[in-house]
Amino acid sequence: MNPQTLLEGLIAGSMIGLGAIGVTLTYSILRFANFAHGDFLAWGAYLALAISGTLGSLAGGLAAPIGPFSFGWSLPIAAVLAAALTAGLALLVDALLFGPLRRRRSAVIILVMASFGAALTLRSLLELVFTSKPFYYTQELQIAMKLGSGMRATPDQLLCLGVAAVLVVLVHLLLTRSAIGREMRAVSENPALAGVVGVDVRRVVRTVWALGAALACMAGVIAGLLVQIRPQMGLDLLLPLFAASILGGIGSVPGAMLAGLIVGVAEAATVALVGAEWRAACAFVILVAILLLRPQGLFGRPD
Amino acid sequence: MLDLFGYGAFFLTMALTYAIICLGLNVQWGHTGLFNVGVAGFVAVGAYASALLTTPDAPGRLGGFGLPIAVGWLGAALAAGLATFLVGALTVRLRADYLAIATFGVAVMVQLCVLNLEGLTGGPFGIGFIPRPFAATASDPTLFASLNLALLVAVVALLYLALERLLRSPWGRVLRAIREDEAAARALGKNADRFRLQAFAIGGAIMGLAGAAQAHFIGFIAPENYQPMLTFQVWAMLIAGGAGNNRGAILGAIVVWALWAFSAPAIAALFPPDQQARAAALRIVLIGLGLCAILLLRPRGILAEERTISRHLPPAELKTEKPSHET
Repeated sequence: MNPQTLLEGLIAGSMIGLGAIGVTLTYSILRFANFAHGDFLAWGAYLALAISGTLGSLAGGLAAPIGPFSFGWSLPIAAVLAAALTAGLALLVDALLFGPLRRRRSAVIILVMASFGAALTLRSLLELVFTSKPFYYTQELQIAMKLGSGMRATPDQLLCLGVAAVLVVLVHLLLTRSAIGREMRAVSENPALAGVVGVDVRRVVRTVWALGAALACMAGVIAGLLVQIRPQMGLDLLLPLFAASILGGIGSVPGAMLAGLIVGVAEAATVALVGAEWRAACAFVILVAILLLRPQGLFGRPD
Repeated sequence: MLDLFGYGAFFLTMALTYAIICLGLNVQWGHTGLFNVGVAGFVAVGAYASALLTTPDAPGRLGGFGLPIAVGWLGAALAAGLATFLVGALTVRLRADYLAIATFGVAVMVQLCVLNLEGLTGGPFGIGFIPRPFAATASDPTLFASLNLALLVAVVALLYLALERLLRSPWGRVLRAIREDEAAARALGKNADRFRLQAFAIGGAIMGLAGAAQAHFIGFIAPENYQPMLTFQVWAMLIAGGAGNNRGAILGAIVVWALWAFSAPAIAALFPPDQQARAAALRIVLIGLGLCAILLLRPRGILAEERTISRHLPPAELKTEKPSHET
């Protein structure tokens, strides 16, 4: 594999990893595979688009590119606001749909099915509002910089890689060093016991949704910046997200990020060696291999 | 009047092809509790298998083999059954939602394959000239429509009777026992994984048959017929009709298909002609909200599951009825 393929894989993989952290957290703490996670990602990307467009038209200076990057200050500001809004969206879906089902002690698989219904609703709402036309955060063109040993990358791509790395470290520290992180791990081990020792399980559930959705939003903004924004983007990313969270081991944040990078590099290699039309098959092959060989994933524990 | 009959027959025939998919999903979900998110993929496998076997020889594509329609339908059931068996064998021992993720992956893969393997599937242009049953009577539209409808009614009736018999047999009771309390079923020496796998493959074969029936009724298939939307519609049908109840599965298919077909002009009228893509999106939003609402408000559907126990038990023992599980 040439270094350029590896670099492109790592950049795409960092975005998959950010999304997979949300999947793995909901999976280990709320205990179900959330099919709507990809659509939180798409919503995040569109919310950031709407906010950034509004900011740009209110104050033209905000849309002017910052330094070497292709976007102005309106995008980072919009990304932060959109992350908060996406977290709000996830909390709303939980309050309307998943919360009542949990209180009724529905089977896990009913929650999965409800998330499937929520996924299609959320995706079609985006299509209703924005149509299926692709959007871009910026029309600026960027020249790739030479990085040595034949590798090239645009400043945007390098920034995305950096932002993803910082976010993963922050989430890892939050989970391992803070009180709420300890509570989240306790609920993940045993919700009933965690409740008995005084952990506010509902607060933990809300934190998980907010954190997962905010990370999904960041992943969506990165995907939108590097590729394009479409209503189907969440659906297309869902299989890579699941593959990465299972490969990394359910519940493991570093695992999800590492597995996201592996999936990203594997996809880039598939595009280079087999052809771009088979890119989406890559996540499926990884998924089948991991289910056959090591269903608990790289850093997971067996059931 | 004639047009009305023609439309009615067309509508019912389409609804019945969905009813077959629903019956297949009911074996997997309603009776065994296996969650399949790849319904569209397995239906596509059946449709393409049958199209490949029965279409006349086409240049630039493998086949078609010009075989009789019955052979195509049988091949469709076998191909889809084999595909479901393989996916099931991979995931049946693992956590319940791994099966959901794996079947979702299969649907993505099938979509990718039918788009890219042009030498086998015709790629994005699909396959045309699929022979239609009773094509000899096509000059008489009323007769043609009635014969097609009669064929689908016969297939659904046969499947219904066969499934009712199967699910009331000891085999069917084991499935329910596993769904309700796997540990107890295992303690009685039942190999839960094997029973699950059998039910999953049988359900998949039925979906493949439905795909073939649909393909031959329309005469043309293309990748965009098998989007996740299809999976979603079938789920809405089964949940609305009543999972675990075969009559509910058929009723749900007809009711939801009716809502789907008749809401189209109403919703389309809300948007100007250049905004029809939005109308289609709104229709999906409504069906999605509908599915969530049924899960929240009436999780058992229109016809709830019937209690099925051995015919040989005396009626007196029926009185100790416990509330059955919440699906």
